[in-house]
Amino acid sequence: MLELSNVNVYYGPIHAVKNISLKIEEGEIVTLIGANGAGKSTTLKSISGLEKCEAGEIKFRGENIHSLTPTNIVKLGISYVPEGRRIFSKMTVMENLEMGAYTRKDKKGVKEDFEKIFSLFPRLKERKEQIAGTLSGGEQQMLAIGRGLMSRPQLLLLDEPSMGLAPIIVKEIFSIIENINKEGISILLVEQNANMALKVSDRAYIIRNGEIELEGKSKEMLEDERVKKAYLEG
Amino acid sequence: MEQVLQQLINGISLGSIYALIALGYTMVYGIINLINFAHGDIYMIGAYVGYAVTRFLGLGFVPALLISMATCSILGILIEKVAYKPLRNASRISALITAIAVSLFLQYTMMYFVKPDTRTFPDVLSSNKISILGGKALLDTKNIYIILITIVLMLLLQYVVLKTKIGKAMRAVALDKDVAQLMGVDINRIISFTFAIGSALAGAAGVLVGVYYNTINPLMGTVPGLKAFVAAVLGGIGLIPGAVFGGFFLGMVETLVSAYGGSIFKDAVAFGILIIVLLIKPSGLLGKTVKEKV
Repeated sequence: MLELSNVNVYYGPIHAVKNISLKIEEGEIVTLIGANGAGKSTTLKSISGLEKCEAGEIKFRGENIHSLTPTNIVKLGISYVPEGRRIFSKMTVMENLEMGAYTRKDKKGVKEDFEKIFSLFPRLKERKEQIAGTLSGGEQQMLAIGRGLMSRPQLLLLDEPSMGLAPIIVKEIFSIIENINKEGISILLVEQNANMALKVSDRAYIIRNGEIELEGKSKEMLEDERVKKAYLEG
Repeated sequence: MEQVLQQLINGISLGSIYALIALGYTMVYGIINLINFAHGDIYMIGAYVGYAVTRFLGLGFVPALLISMATCSILGILIEKVAYKPLRNASRISALITAIAVSLFLQYTMMYFVKPDTRTFPDVLSSNKISILGGKALLDTKNIYIILITIVLMLLLQYVVLKTKIGKAMRAVALDKDVAQLMGVDINRIISFTFAIGSALAGAAGVLVGVYYNTINPLMGTVPGLKAFVAAVLGGIGLIPGAVFGGFFLGMVETLVSAYGGSIFKDAVAFGILIIVLLIKPSGLLGKTVKEKV
């Protein structure tokens, strides 16, 4: 459903993403793993329209999206949950979710989706009227994912959802990611926690210095000696 | 005691004006981190629009207020599009200098068209003095109008910012522009809207001042503009309640200083307060101290 061909992104003089090609089929969880600064987040930002893709093509369901604005990309059904959660800290939990549904006009559907999010994350329901900045790290991540789902995406881009969270919360978040995928939403997951990411995903790409170094089935990657050495041990 | 009460009433009226102008400063700052020094001149133009509507069209106070607010909001949007938008990614100092240039441009363009002379604002609001507290203080009905209109406008603003979709989007943009964009918010539209609202409030303040003090001139925006800026910083720049608090606080202080023989010092006191706040609590009295993220 999503296909990147030879995508290049620059941060000023820095060539952050070099000729990256990857694709995601309907219903898949695909993970993009790599070290800090390898170009993972930049790739997601270029898909969501926050960073300009200077050369190459990004196609979503056959349509070229690399010159669209973030707003139009959301409307097409791609939702990006940014690194570091970036919830609207001074707004309430409910207002954050409402912002997630900003582009939608179907009030009834939006209402149903609030309930859906609350059943997925019961803790958010209890804290509906709370200021989002007062939530714990795990709850903030849940809110960020919930907010991302409120646009009713077909493809969810998750940027380091496990960052800074306790192992038990990380497990919870990953099981939620699997549940979201079971609802039919395809997921592109960027992670530094390669172990967890490979366990929940179907396929994986390993990115290094802005280039794809390795790609394949996640199960096979978990057994791959090179991957084990570089990303799974220690 | 009577005199204090009387002065407090005057102080609240003056404070209303400062608060209305300060709101525009603070909202624009909240959204694009720009101190819009042309804001005081929008207030001046608001006063002139009110003057034109009442004098030449012969309309009453309420239409003057509404037409002035509408004109100023369009002017605000235009100024942003022409002068500030091209500098959105430039350094903050460039935008600031541009704001000062816009301010001078508005002042002297107006001076060219309306002449530098002071004009007398038509008396469109009847002024009755009501004695209250058994004759201990006199309440001018104009004071009541100013205060009531300010309160109504502030409640409206509060409603828009807290309850409406566009208000929520404004707050989201103020908190995190990139993420607001990811939610599908059109940043340009929100910025225009912010300028429109802030300028409309300044326009209202202009008409109120015309009605209250009766005289207007093309440079009338400079000092109240700066004072409103002081008020916004005093309350905490970027914070709406801060602007309201700062405006009323400054209005009171100024009136009391003048009442007790210090009228030549009143401007010095206002800017003295700014210096003290910047030294002691730069985030403003209602602001939280934010550590710079590294």
